[in-house]
Amino acid sequence: MNAEIRRIITIVEEVRDEGGRLVHPPTRRAAAVAVIHNPFAGRFMDDLSALSDIGEELGDILPRRAVAALGISADRVESFGKAAAVGADGELEHAAAILHPKLGAPFRAILGKAAALIPSAKKRGGMGVPLDIPLGHKDAAKVRSHFDGMEVRIPDAPRDNEIVVAIAITGSGRPHPRIGGLSKDKIVGIDGVN
Amino acid sequence: MPDVVVRKLVVQVEEVFHEGGPIRPEPVKRGSVLAVIANPYAGRYVEDIQPFMEDLKPLGLEMASKLVDALGGDASVVEGYGKGAIVGGGGELEHGALWHNPGGYAMRELLGGAKAIVPSSKKVGGPGVRIDIPITHVNASYVRSHFDAIEVGINDAPRNNEMVLVLAMTTGARVHARAGGLQAQDIKGEDGLR
Repeated sequence: MNAEIRRIITIVEEVRDEGGRLVHPPTRRAAAVAVIHNPFAGRFMDDLSALSDIGEELGDILPRRAVAALGISADRVESFGKAAAVGADGELEHAAAILHPKLGAPFRAILGKAAALIPSAKKRGGMGVPLDIPLGHKDAAKVRSHFDGMEVRIPDAPRDNEIVVAIAITGSGRPHPRIGGLSKDKIVGIDGVN
Repeated sequence: MPDVVVRKLVVQVEEVFHEGGPIRPEPVKRGSVLAVIANPYAGRYVEDIQPFMEDLKPLGLEMASKLVDALGGDASVVEGYGKGAIVGGGGELEHGALWHNPGGYAMRELLGGAKAIVPSSKKVGGPGVRIDIPITHVNASYVRSHFDAIEVGINDAPRNNEMVLVLAMTTGARVHARAGGLQAQDIKGEDGLR
């Protein structure tokens, strides 16, 4: 294993009522978050491929945790997203190295198809910094009912030499979506956009 | 008798592998379950609020079983517990105290002979406020290795007319517990204290 993981946090949210109206069935989403050591904290490295290998590993570990916590089969996941927060002694580029080159392939392999770009966010921050994981439909980025975000926050991470890496998935769109746009039953599903 | 209206449920499990010391082969798990409910007494002074404790019992049981499930489904692995409540701005601290009885009852029902008092905290606060849920050993409050706390919160709760109810459980001591005191294997188990 490449990633030196201090902890993994798995969160499931279930919304049963929104705007005073029952949500039936409830909308559900899950995030899995790893707190890892940043091997390049405090020093400038040209080659960040070790971080990309860690990303590949987490792209398998975290989605498995989230799917299990959501309690549905992986092919029923509807939207996804990813995010990372680098501690004070790291670079934003470290988050990019984890999230972008290799994390997506194993994540997609677990969900099946999943042709859309995985929406992402990154930042640097101190312990307890909130991370808003953007969410979008996994097969077609333009599905408007599934544009969403999930906030996660780990009180004691990232320490200066750590990185918080998070993925989120859902089994639905927002509660009571009603602003039009592409709906999930109209997905073409070829280019990952429409 | 007021109905219990649940807006949202959040279940969170942390797996702690290390905190700078030896890495554990099996992580200690720390879990929490939070329910966002409507506060039937928000915005006015009501003298007799005790009937709501009985109303909360089924929700308490649902929350406790969700949490045991998230920790792997076997109640016998639970070694520490705690509970808490956050009351939104339209309510009183006293409304949070209604959670003592049903929250404790629910965990004892599931955990069998748990003898120790369930430690608790409560506060009044706005959306996103955090609360530290104190944790102690389920059979003997003085077990020093199991004194712990889990910080929880939900970014959009409690609104003014809501309450957030919390149950927390752990599967072991602090990850690198070495501060001495009463050890779990030396519990007498008579009074819930030692």
